[in-house]
Amino acid sequence: MYTTDQFEGMIANTTTIKGYNGDEINAYFARPEGPGPFPAIVVIHHLPGWDELYREFTRKFAHHGYLAISPDLYSREGKGTPEDVAAAVRAEGGVSDDQCMGDLQASAEFILSLPNSNGKVGTFGTCSGGRHAFLAGCKLDIFDAIVECWGGNVIMNSSQLTEKQPKSPNEFTSQLNAPLLGLFGDLDQSPTPDQVNQHESELKSANKNYEFHRYPEAGHGFMYYDRPIYHQSSSVDAWQKVFTFLEKNIS
Amino acid sequence: MCTMICEQANMTGSGKGTEGWFPLEQANVFYDHPFHAPWEYGVNIDFVNKSMGVGSRVSVELSPESAKLLAETIIKALEKGEKDPQIKISVLD
Repeated sequence: MYTTDQFEGMIANTTTIKGYNGDEINAYFARPEGPGPFPAIVVIHHLPGWDELYREFTRKFAHHGYLAISPDLYSREGKGTPEDVAAAVRAEGGVSDDQCMGDLQASAEFILSLPNSNGKVGTFGTCSGGRHAFLAGCKLDIFDAIVECWGGNVIMNSSQLTEKQPKSPNEFTSQLNAPLLGLFGDLDQSPTPDQVNQHESELKSANKNYEFHRYPEAGHGFMYYDRPIYHQSSSVDAWQKVFTFLEKNIS
Repeated sequence: MCTMICEQANMTGSGKGTEGWFPLEQANVFYDHPFHAPWEYGVNIDFVNKSMGVGSRVSVELSPESAKLLAETIIKALEKGEKDPQIKISVLD
C-alpha cells in the first residue's frame, strides 16, 4: 500500500534484447528505482500492437514495484506506428506461437538476470496476449505466475488452426506449471462464457492451481480505458486481483 | 478475441496515405477489432503497398451494415459506368 511519505522513482525506456532465434527485438522496460530485490513481470501486448496502452500498463507494474518488460512481439515486421505495424501483422495471420514463446522466454531471462531481481517472474497479457500468457504457462517453465485476461482463442476449433498457430492452447492444459489467474467478462463474444466454462473445467480436471473471476457487466477488453468497452468497476476490481495474485505468488 | 478473419485481393490503383499518394498493391479486408471505431468488431479495410513499408496504408473501419452498403454502392457505380458506351477505362501500367 502506497503512503505519501514514500520515496518513489521509476526508470522507463526502450531496450533491445535477443529474442527467438537470436533476433534483436525491442522491449519497453520499466523498473522502480532502488536496490530491490524486486519481482518481475513480462507484459504481453495485444493484437492492436505494442502501443501506448501497453507502455502505460508496463509502467503501472513498475509503479507497483515490479521489474516490468514488454517485448515488441512485432519487432520483425517493420517499424512504423503501432497501428500500421499491427495491421501488417494481422494481414499475415499474426505471429507464430513458437516465435512468441521464444520472445517471452528471452524477456523473462533478461529480467531474471538483473541484480535487483528477486528471482521470480510472472507474465500478464490481454486478448491475444492472454492467449500467449496461458500458452507460456504451459509450454515454458520459467514463469512463476500467469495472468490471462480474456484470452482469445485459447480454445480453437480445427478451422482456426494455421501453420503459425498449429494447436489449440487448451490442448496443453495438463502442462500448465504455474498458478493461473483468469479474468473474463461475461458479455465477451470471445471467449464466450461457454468457452470460459470449458477452459475452467479442463483446468479443474487437470488439478491445476487456478482462480477465475468473471464480471457479469463486462465485455471484451473491459480494462482498456481508451475504448468504449471499458467497464470501470470491473476494471478496478480486476487490477486489485492482479496485484493480490502477483503479491501472493512472486513477491 | 482477435478473429484473424482476413480476406485479401491484389489491387491496381492509388491511395492517399499520411505522406501523400502511393500506388496500391493489395486490399486487406478484416472482420476484427477496429483500432478506432467504437465497437467490438467491425469491417476494417486496409489498402496497402507492402513493398513501400507498413506506413503505406489507407485504412477505414466500418460497421458491418456500412460495409455491405459500400459493397453494394461500388457495384452500382460500376454497373452504371460499364453500361455507359461513352466511358472507356484504360489502365496504363
